[in-house]
Amino acid sequence: MLVSINWLKDYVNTQQLPPAELGEKITRSGIEVDAVIDRSHGMTNIVVGYVESCVKHPEADKLSICQVNVGEETTQIICGAPNIAAGQKVIVARPGAKLPGDIKIKKAKLRGEESHGMICSLQELGIEGKLVPKAYAEGIYVLPEDAETGSDVLTNFDLNDTVLELGLTPNRADAMSMIGVAYEVGAILSEEVKLPEISYKEASDTAASMLTLNVDAPEANPLYVAKVVRNIKVQESPMWLQQRLMSAGVRPHNNVVDVTNYILMEYGQPLHAFDYDLLETGNITVRHAKEGEMITTLDDAERKLSGHQLVITNGEKPVAIAGVMGGADSEVSEATTTVVIESAYFESGSVRQTSKDHGLRSDASSRYEKGVDPNRVIPAAERAAQLLSELAGGEVLAGSVVFDELNKEEKIVKVSPDFINSRLGMKISFEDMWDILNRLKFNTEAANGQLVISVPTRRQDIQIPEDVIEEIARLYGYDEIPATLPEAETTPGGLTPYQAKRRIVRSLLEGAGLLQATTYSLTSEKSAKQFALEETETTRLLMPMSEERSILRQSLLPHLLESVTYNTARRMDSVALYETGSVFLKGDDELLNEQEHLAVAITGLWLDNSWQGEKKPVDFFVLKGIVETLGTKLGVQLTFERGQMDDLHPGRTAFIMLDGHRIGVIGQLHPSEQKERDLKTTVVMELNLALLLNIETAALLYTPVPRYPSMSRDVALVLSKIVEAGTIETVIRNAGGKLLKDVRVFDLYEGDKMEEGKKSVAFSLTYFDPEKTLTDEEVINAHEKVLAALTEVGAELRS
Amino acid sequence: MEAQLQELKTQALDKITAASTVKELNDVRVAYLGKKGPITDLLKGMGKLPAEERPKMGALVNVVREEVTTQLEGRMVILEEEAINQKLQSETIDITLPGRPVKTGNPHPLTRVVEEIEDLFISMGYEVAEGPEVEKDYYNFEALNLPKGHPARDMQDSFYITEDILLRTHTSPVQARTMEAKGGEPIKIICPGKVYRRDSDDATHSHQFTQIEGLVIGEDIRMSDLKGTLSVFAKKMFGDDREIRLRPSFFPFTEPSVEMDISCFKCGGSGCNVCKKTGWIEILGAGMVHPNVLEMAGYDSKRLTGFAFGMGPERIAMLKYGVEDIRHFYTNDVRFLSQFQRTEL
Ligand SMILES: [Zn+2]
Repeated sequence: MLVSINWLKDYVNTQQLPPAELGEKITRSGIEVDAVIDRSHGMTNIVVGYVESCVKHPEADKLSICQVNVGEETTQIICGAPNIAAGQKVIVARPGAKLPGDIKIKKAKLRGEESHGMICSLQELGIEGKLVPKAYAEGIYVLPEDAETGSDVLTNFDLNDTVLELGLTPNRADAMSMIGVAYEVGAILSEEVKLPEISYKEASDTAASMLTLNVDAPEANPLYVAKVVRNIKVQESPMWLQQRLMSAGVRPHNNVVDVTNYILMEYGQPLHAFDYDLLETGNITVRHAKEGEMITTLDDAERKLSGHQLVITNGEKPVAIAGVMGGADSEVSEATTTVVIESAYFESGSVRQTSKDHGLRSDASSRYEKGVDPNRVIPAAERAAQLLSELAGGEVLAGSVVFDELNKEEKIVKVSPDFINSRLGMKISFEDMWDILNRLKFNTEAANGQLVISVPTRRQDIQIPEDVIEEIARLYGYDEIPATLPEAETTPGGLTPYQAKRRIVRSLLEGAGLLQATTYSLTSEKSAKQFALEETETTRLLMPMSEERSILRQSLLPHLLESVTYNTARRMDSVALYETGSVFLKGDDELLNEQEHLAVAITGLWLDNSWQGEKKPVDFFVLKGIVETLGTKLGVQLTFERGQMDDLHPGRTAFIMLDGHRIGVIGQLHPSEQKERDLKTTVVMELNLALLLNIETAALLYTPVPRYPSMSRDVALVLSKIVEAGTIETVIRNAGGKLLKDVRVFDLYEGDKMEEGKKSVAFSLTYFDPEKTLTDEEVINAHEKVLAALTEVGAELRS
Repeated sequence: MEAQLQELKTQALDKITAASTVKELNDVRVAYLGKKGPITDLLKGMGKLPAEERPKMGALVNVVREEVTTQLEGRMVILEEEAINQKLQSETIDITLPGRPVKTGNPHPLTRVVEEIEDLFISMGYEVAEGPEVEKDYYNFEALNLPKGHPARDMQDSFYITEDILLRTHTSPVQARTMEAKGGEPIKIICPGKVYRRDSDDATHSHQFTQIEGLVIGEDIRMSDLKGTLSVFAKKMFGDDREIRLRPSFFPFTEPSVEMDISCFKCGGSGCNVCKKTGWIEILGAGMVHPNVLEMAGYDSKRLTGFAFGMGPERIAMLKYGVEDIRHFYTNDVRFLSQFQRTEL
């Protein structure tokens, strides 16, 4: 909402406050002032000029040489506007004038001809092009004939004005009008509000003699008022009206349309003007549209209507979409002589739905959607009649044509001062509360220790005692509220075990050198299921903003890998990222099965290229080590099972298992996937973190530090390449008996010294007895059993 | 023989002095004091001396032997020390070479901010509550006093999946769920999480972002308690000399509603580009829980009251760290992420 302070002063005394100060007061008491706009833009030396003569420039087709009377003299100005003509009153920026955008006007020579100033368009005075009346949009602005030559344009046309741009929250529909803002400012400054005085002469004929009205949808349209004004002359509005509309961000058209828009801004009540003759039937019928009925609206769009939409018809066909936009067929034009002015109360839900259906939001619909003041519908119609008779020479027919079933009563809210103070934690006196309610112009009585408040219908947002608390607090001043802390018993607070463990996972991964990434949950059809751990349907948004962000992801890796590629494409070759976040699977419930996952992606060097000459590219085992440590840290036994997944290397992929369940996958990207993503060797992991974190871990009890020494024995084995170390480890563990405490692979050799198809794997076995020192004999016995078992499975001992 | 002995002694002492390495000195030891050395020879040759001269000669030989030994050992200490020094000298390294890097990662800046806020409120007795990102319209809107068709629903265009299921537009549904689950009992929670709105991504908008909200419900919770709590938060988060100011605002789920500004932490209030010359920075929205919200969750709004507040970690991170483009948080450029390593304490 744009509020011209000069205009506002018609209704309330602003106490000559500087605009910024007034804006600050409004902001601090509830309506945010987003901007304070000086409409003069620091302009100076701009006067009304009279074009005495205008001839083509001999050297330039598009330029005219004008002799312009600027009051104190007649001076020559070269003008490039196509619509310049002798006899016009124009806006002249004199030499030395300042225009918006730091433009200074100087004497100049244009193609050999002197120019003492500039004839201006409205755009050059800082008015947005879309607000300039169409007739002057492409050229200079022509002032009315009675503009006084030589007089100051800024003063005459009210440009020495400041506009406050209000950022209105949806509850403050009351401030979508000048009068509404006046009530707010009046409450803040403790000033009275002056409403427009409405009076006009009525013709002896009645409106009812020319127009009949039927309302067939009283729930959606409980109040409809029509006035008929005849013998009007449609023309340009006077300057003051055009200026006020432009200050409010509305483009002037003609006096009839401008009057309806003016009252929309003044009262917040949308009006519509029909050309009476084009209505053809002398009837207005408000009803729901017939399914498939058509209307061409003022924006020249042909629109198909549906049964739930409310329309204004002439008894036969729609002439307007109620509260949203008028029809082109009955539009007011220069040929119009009689108009029907509509002022109505349309139910907000109906207008919202219809305006949404048609993608049409207008100044009118946005006010109806939030609810207009029931008590301003009729005054707005009267005000329109007055202005049309004053500005368009119209003759107002007596009375109105009215359908009225609208409840216009004020809501009563009762609240006690104690209640107000207890909720605020304050001690506002009864007198202060009383004063604030008076400033708000809320009729209030005191009864049985309660404030009984009749809330004016303009304030539809005040419904319950808490709403009154806010009114009192905001006008008393939020700065006056003391700062206290809740007096209730203190509670311990803290993280759940799940949340605490998630932090442990984070710090482990970060300690291991990984950076935490965050990527988007919405993805493309293509990426949605890549690397998904479970096979389920994808979930698509009803109205995505783009295909790229249309589906809920089922795995974190695709976006994480995009982030890796983003970095490698910028020459950061070694990247190690992790992310925790939700994936979304179709569930049994109507809500999705949302699982928190953990994903890791690492590419490039794991050990950095240091001056010591060591460097180690990342591989499967780097990441496997991280996962194993994660298991250890969380106290769960994670195992790995060879597996396959699309887009992972078929020989370098494993599933991460927990208690026999597949909870994740680890592997190297498939070479073709690496190529696709423009990556070198990249290892990835994704697991269902929720499953992992939801496991309750056992209490931690220490195992006594060994009092007796352990003994170790190494065995080097020659194995067929296809035999996995894990298999052999199991054989060893099974054969080693209870004295065998640990088995570790400490060497692997697959070089050319080995026979084709063979490899050498060396294990270190630790024997230990917690009860006593082991004897050589015991170790030999146990170890012999291990060796025998190894031989049995075909492992060849290497000397 | 005595002369011979003196001669030997002089020779030996000269060689000891001349020896410049431990090895040379050891050679001297072997040459003069060894089993095959001349002094031993002399002792062996004593048998040929008359018996009465033997004790005298023996004593003399021992004196010489001791003197040589003492000298030799003294020299040995010096030479060994020299040898060590030389060895250490040769082991000198270039201490200006870089150390072996300890590879460490760090949390995402948003996590950093969220956890800082979590910890602050945990210390004031709050619990951390979380909930689903795909939410029912009921919890996201209706339970929060936003019935279908409410004008405020326009404020947050949403991503719907079905008529009744959507990506949550704020973390407030977690509050609604918690209230429902607590069945009328007091609550003190904060709810961090991801939220989604139909915004085109640009420097200041993101279709996905994070929120952290707080909710306190109890007996006699007053608006002054909200102000006090927010003041503690502002000081802990942005510095002890921060002041707060509340401005009236509107949220459907609170009444009264406020927005909180803090005095600018960059200029202290005198006006700069961070605070857009106003001296104040808008940080969060808050208010007293709307009685409709309480009643809908089964609370007796006459008996229990509450306050709620909500803020955007992105905005806080942008202000705190001077980040100018919200998209940085979702691009994961390691040159950006790795800057959030060090502590600020
Ligand atoms: Zn500042």
